[in-house]
Amino acid sequence: MTTKISAKNVTKTFPSADGTVTAIDNFNLDVRDGEFVCIVGPSGCGKSTFLRILADLVPITGGEVAIVPGDDPTKPLNNVVFQEYAIFPWKTVLDNVAFGLQMRGVAKKERYRTANEWLTRVGLRKFADYYPAQLSGGMKQRVSIARALANDPEVLLMDEPLGALDAQTKTVLQEELLRIWEDYRKTVVYITHSIDEAVLLGDRVVLMSAHPGTNKTEFVVDIPRPRSIRTTATPEFARLTGAIWDALEDEVKKAMEAQQ
Amino acid sequence: MSMIAKTPSQQKKATALQRELLVLLGILVVLNVGAALLGWWPRVWWALLFVDFVLVVRIAERLEPHIPYRRQTLFKRALAVGFPVLVLVAWELIVRADILNPRWFPPPTTIAAALWDLIVSYDRFNETSLLGRPWLIPQVYPEEGWAGVRRLFTESHVLATLLRVLFGFLIGASLGLVVGMAMGLNKTVRMMLDATMSAVYVLPKIAIFPLMMLIFPDPFGEGPKIAVVAISAFFLVAISTMTGVHGIDKVYLEAGKNYGASGLRMLRHVIIPGALPIIFSGFRLALGTALIVVVAVEFIRSQTGVGFLIFYYWQILVTEKMYAGLFVVMVLGVSLTFGLQWLEHKVMPWRR
Repeated sequence: MTTKISAKNVTKTFPSADGTVTAIDNFNLDVRDGEFVCIVGPSGCGKSTFLRILADLVPITGGEVAIVPGDDPTKPLNNVVFQEYAIFPWKTVLDNVAFGLQMRGVAKKERYRTANEWLTRVGLRKFADYYPAQLSGGMKQRVSIARALANDPEVLLMDEPLGALDAQTKTVLQEELLRIWEDYRKTVVYITHSIDEAVLLGDRVVLMSAHPGTNKTEFVVDIPRPRSIRTTATPEFARLTGAIWDALEDEVKKAMEAQQ
Repeated sequence: MSMIAKTPSQQKKATALQRELLVLLGILVVLNVGAALLGWWPRVWWALLFVDFVLVVRIAERLEPHIPYRRQTLFKRALAVGFPVLVLVAWELIVRADILNPRWFPPPTTIAAALWDLIVSYDRFNETSLLGRPWLIPQVYPEEGWAGVRRLFTESHVLATLLRVLFGFLIGASLGLVVGMAMGLNKTVRMMLDATMSAVYVLPKIAIFPLMMLIFPDPFGEGPKIAVVAISAFFLVAISTMTGVHGIDKVYLEAGKNYGASGLRMLRHVIIPGALPIIFSGFRLALGTALIVVVAVEFIRSQTGVGFLIFYYWQILVTEKMYAGLFVVMVLGVSLTFGLQWLEHKVMPWRR
């Protein structure tokens, strides 16, 4: 398998009143083509910042990141699904999903066709002409996911996409994500603070330590696909989540103390 | 539901309500008529009106829970329209009864007559009329052509005020949009201009009017009037545009960038629509201020406009026409606000 994303010795520091704060310190990550990698860490460990560095939204202080382009040079390297949805309230659902294609200069008819296909896939075909304010949180995040997938990027970067949703909506969307991903096998980096979610969705779970964020350990999730919410009831699932929690517990406590 | 017969307790409730309403209405009638017979009105008319108001509020409150759901909107509208009507009736009666001096508080019917007189008549002394007598167009056009129509409209006070507001607002708002956009987008521009803008902003714009009269070649022409309106609109729109552009949630900018928007397309698809709600609140303030400034300027130095009209009838002490002028200003303000609201709905269909 070829490497799709390589991040070497990624370091990020911020200037602050009491000198420089190191948010990420020598973080390394390689993601294979078609791999679903989840990054888990305590809150404030810099995992969202790392994702934004990958997305070229935040400048890097040290080290380097690279996303390997595919055969089609017109395809974008990455697209982000944000925790806050970040779909534009002033555009209709259809125009939101077609936004990336519009910015790439795809003709109206073609981009609406693609956008409608993706809306059908996430079950929002009927809501194409709605504005985001008329949708629930779960529907908004579906629009956000459809917007990213319609743009067909080389890699998909997801920043705690289900973090703001209620437990039941979250479960529904996890299953939808599994179904869509198992069809498309796009390379994904998925940030979450939920160990269950990481094990359910990912091929590999990378733990990030707190203050500063750096590599802790990683776990390969060898649970066979297709997976579903029933996967969470299997013994392997329990074994893995238990092992990850054992490795993460100290970090979470450290992070809580640092925040006080 | 209507098929179900009323239970005895419901019937009892209904009669209790009727009785209560009758009692309240009775107090209302007895109080007003009694006060009139005893001759209390001239001395304590304000206190009696206050008690009347309280009683009417009580009656409406008692009535409200018994209004069927589909009549609720009608009920609310009736209250909103009914109150000013009651005020006008009370005003009329109190002045007619010689309790208040009709010289300072001409009764509403007199004001309405004065307004009608202003609309239909031509002021030979000032060579003006309120609306420009549009009904004369069919006579004037065949004889004088467009020049005649133009002459009719130049005599209109309402049109003079409206054009000053609109031109001043359009010039000031466009410049304000550009400057505010630059301040919102560019940190250096913002740091350089922000303090100065805030300082000049608090200056009452009418104070610049004499200066404008000096600067413009024709001090009594339209130039200085429109300029002072434009300046007052400029600051309000510039500051709100800056706030709107600067305050866009960062995540929208990130999303815009991540999905390939930059430069003008970022402006068109993300920054302008994101800032529009706050820009429009600036427009609303600017339009209101423009009307205030125009009326003030017309008080000081003008031969046309509704402001001039009000001031002129103060000078010759025709109070009912002053009130008519105030009413016209009110109508202008309300129409401008409605116009802007209509535009807001057109431009921002997602905000409903």
